[in-house]
Amino acid sequence: MKLVLHVWRQRGPSERGSFERHQVEDVAPELSFLEMLDVLNERLASRGAQPIAFDSDCREGICGACGFMINGVAHGPGAATTVCQLHLRSFRDGDELWLEPWRARTFPLVRDLIVDRGALDRVIAAGGYITAPTGSAPEANGLPVAKSEAEAAMDAATCIGCGACVAACPNASASLFTAAKLVHLGRLPQGQPERGARALGMVAQAQREGFGGCTNVGECQAVCPKGIRMESIARLNRDYLRAALTSRRGAA
Amino acid sequence: MKLDARIPTGPLDGKWDTFTQQMKLVSPANRRRHEVIVVGAGLAGAAAAASLAELGYRVTCLCFQDSPRRAHSIAAQGGINAAKNYQNDGDSAERLFHDTIKGGDFRSREANVFRLAQLSGKIIDQCVAQGVPFAREYGGTLANRSFGGAQLSRTFYARGQTGQQLLLGAYQSLERQVGLGQCRMLARHEMLELVVEGGAARGIIARDLQTGALTRHAAHAVVLATGGYANVFYLSTNAKNCNATAIWRAHQRGAAFANPCFTQIHPTCIPVSGEHQAKLTLMSESLRNDGRVWVPARPGDPRAPATIPEAERDYFLERRYPAFGNLVPRDVASRAAKAVCDAGRGVGPGGYGVYLDFADAIRRVGLPGIRERYGNLFDMYQRITDQDPVAGPMRIYPAVHYTMGGLWVDYALMSTVPGLFVAGEANFSDHGANRLGASALMQGLADGYFIIPPAVGDYLATAAPSTVDVQHPAFAAAEDLARARLERLLAIRGRRSVDAFHRELGRLMWDACGMSRSAAGLQQALARLPALRDEFWREANVTGGAGELNQALERAGRVADFLELAELMCRDALARDESCGSHFREEHQTPDGEARRDDDQFAHVAVWEHAGAGAPPRRHVEPLVFETVKPGQRSYK
Repeated sequence: MKLVLHVWRQRGPSERGSFERHQVEDVAPELSFLEMLDVLNERLASRGAQPIAFDSDCREGICGACGFMINGVAHGPGAATTVCQLHLRSFRDGDELWLEPWRARTFPLVRDLIVDRGALDRVIAAGGYITAPTGSAPEANGLPVAKSEAEAAMDAATCIGCGACVAACPNASASLFTAAKLVHLGRLPQGQPERGARALGMVAQAQREGFGGCTNVGECQAVCPKGIRMESIARLNRDYLRAALTSRRGAA
Repeated sequence: MKLDARIPTGPLDGKWDTFTQQMKLVSPANRRRHEVIVVGAGLAGAAAAASLAELGYRVTCLCFQDSPRRAHSIAAQGGINAAKNYQNDGDSAERLFHDTIKGGDFRSREANVFRLAQLSGKIIDQCVAQGVPFAREYGGTLANRSFGGAQLSRTFYARGQTGQQLLLGAYQSLERQVGLGQCRMLARHEMLELVVEGGAARGIIARDLQTGALTRHAAHAVVLATGGYANVFYLSTNAKNCNATAIWRAHQRGAAFANPCFTQIHPTCIPVSGEHQAKLTLMSESLRNDGRVWVPARPGDPRAPATIPEAERDYFLERRYPAFGNLVPRDVASRAAKAVCDAGRGVGPGGYGVYLDFADAIRRVGLPGIRERYGNLFDMYQRITDQDPVAGPMRIYPAVHYTMGGLWVDYALMSTVPGLFVAGEANFSDHGANRLGASALMQGLADGYFIIPPAVGDYLATAAPSTVDVQHPAFAAAEDLARARLERLLAIRGRRSVDAFHRELGRLMWDACGMSRSAAGLQQALARLPALRDEFWREANVTGGAGELNQALERAGRVADFLELAELMCRDALARDESCGSHFREEHQTPDGEARRDDDQFAHVAVWEHAGAGAPPRRHVEPLVFETVKPGQRSYK
């Protein structure tokens, strides 16, 4: 099959970018979208042109490295799918597609379709953990965890940190990302001692980074490759409010 | 080359205690005077970096990904072993030790494997404390499942995403230390050289992949946790960017390489579908708990699987290995699948596939129960193949998955370069000639959380390495080497793509040094490899410049290293004139096609010393002494 791509090319954060048109002929429908870009890149390189830069690693939808907009939708048209798990059979022969990097001020552009998502790591560093220094752990079965709670924690813990929720949100909010971590750890008994501090710390850091607030648009949940639900944001708000009202540190 | 494994004396179950009791300590107040570099942020690297930082050392951790949360440990699916005996089925450290030694076909060190089994329970404790959402029973206790090579249930899991959850636990501990200022995290940095001065590791040269700048990093000790080298084969289940550059450069600077030919072929992967396929996808071994592996009894049977009656199917694993059935170790299952396909009974396009069938399990447990266990794996299979594994069986075939070989380390995980430690898949330590399922996560975390921290402390207290400044000529020399190599790659300006070379290398290695090997095939590969390398350095097309983000250049450097490492793998496979575990030499098999070891000549670790560019490497041996187990013919019948 064949596709017409308009790919955002930009050498660096301070340079001007533009769309570059490529006709990709003769690609098999069983190729993944990124394998199709691999083919295009080999063809570009053979002409001496610089290949399109994009992040990817595991190519099985779990590492969270890949991601860009296809026709304005984060990770493209597949439901609950990262772009590496999207296959050309999801498109029609001759389709015209626009590929753009994640767009959010908090994700500075690095090159072409690559952005810097370091802000998400810094949100985790501000409280997205349980303090359990190596060697200090009690016996694992000492504290039973109801199966339903463990499952709910696991649902939230499947977040891969790809940043699609931020890119899709008109406010560039990282609320779904932050909430997923708060729900994961807050559902477990091990996560209770730091539950309030965690909410305060992560939300404050998200604000410092410049992520916007949540206004219940719901784009995040629509594009999340792991199906994380907006309800988790309600839990974020509740944890944050409770901690802000009761913590001696108060809201940041 | 002197190889001293430094295994403590005394009974097997007391060796690790002896080590920790006798090691020298660095006092808490003095730890902040010591810099430690950790390269890699997977399970071993993130766990080591977090734990060292918690102790008070000043840690710098580097990874080539844009975030430490993306290291390839994240893709591990099925689980992590631990001898907790929660299922009351008779498990113990002794039994886990025995299964692992036997699974590795008696080619690993008893002392290391026993320590791994002893530490396994503490790993689960640690992970649960961090909030890893392991599967639970209704009563709230931890659930277990079975894995290959064991006759009991000791595998802990978080759906089919166990690696992800364990890595996030380690990553969150690491980020906590980053937030506290105890650890400096450098993402998008790739190690290109090890700096050795005065006979010890003093630091590294890394390339900032975003700007292209070469950066110097000095430390009192360096820990490599950079994973395995399965991508030598081009098509493997490893992530696209997994590479051997860090361990290969360390090897060239004096770190010996052990058992390079021991590579694991995983039996259950989605078969190759086309020329432009970028990688292969694993379907977790846990599926063999409920899935039954079969092929049609008649070669070339064209019927759809559902229409083939029971009597005309060959459940070849259950037939050949009734005691373990579908849960034989990976090397055994892979070879059995290859054998039926070579006999013309494979299924699917090209005939290189076998069925993995859940129909019986769905009848027994019900679809909801099966979906709860494997739902995300079923979804992944359907997404990739466009076929529903509930409606008909999965089609699977073996693929390269893991490398048991790696840099040689002593009992304290130190390489032959003092001050250079190696953890996780990057070292050779615990799996012998074949790794059991759910043991990679166990080893990575045992190394990172529990062995590296005291071992590094002992080195710092004993050797008291002096501080070397990054202005030292040794750093300048190493940086010049790295720069010259990058410039040489960019100067080729050839016409053939780096991927085309990588694909050719992969095919060559799969044929000569894959699931089965022969002296003739290996000699052919050894004759071809130098020529392929010359062609690469003459004809490879590497676009762009060094002073920018340049993925073509990154890839070219990695493939250049694979082209060298491949030769060492073939040499090692040729020199090991026996079959053992994953290393199957066609000349050495039992009448029923099982691997035949030669303990008189090969009960040793093969340890390769780099002898300089162009000179053949030197082979040394570390004899393996079995005091507790008696090596026998592995039997899973």
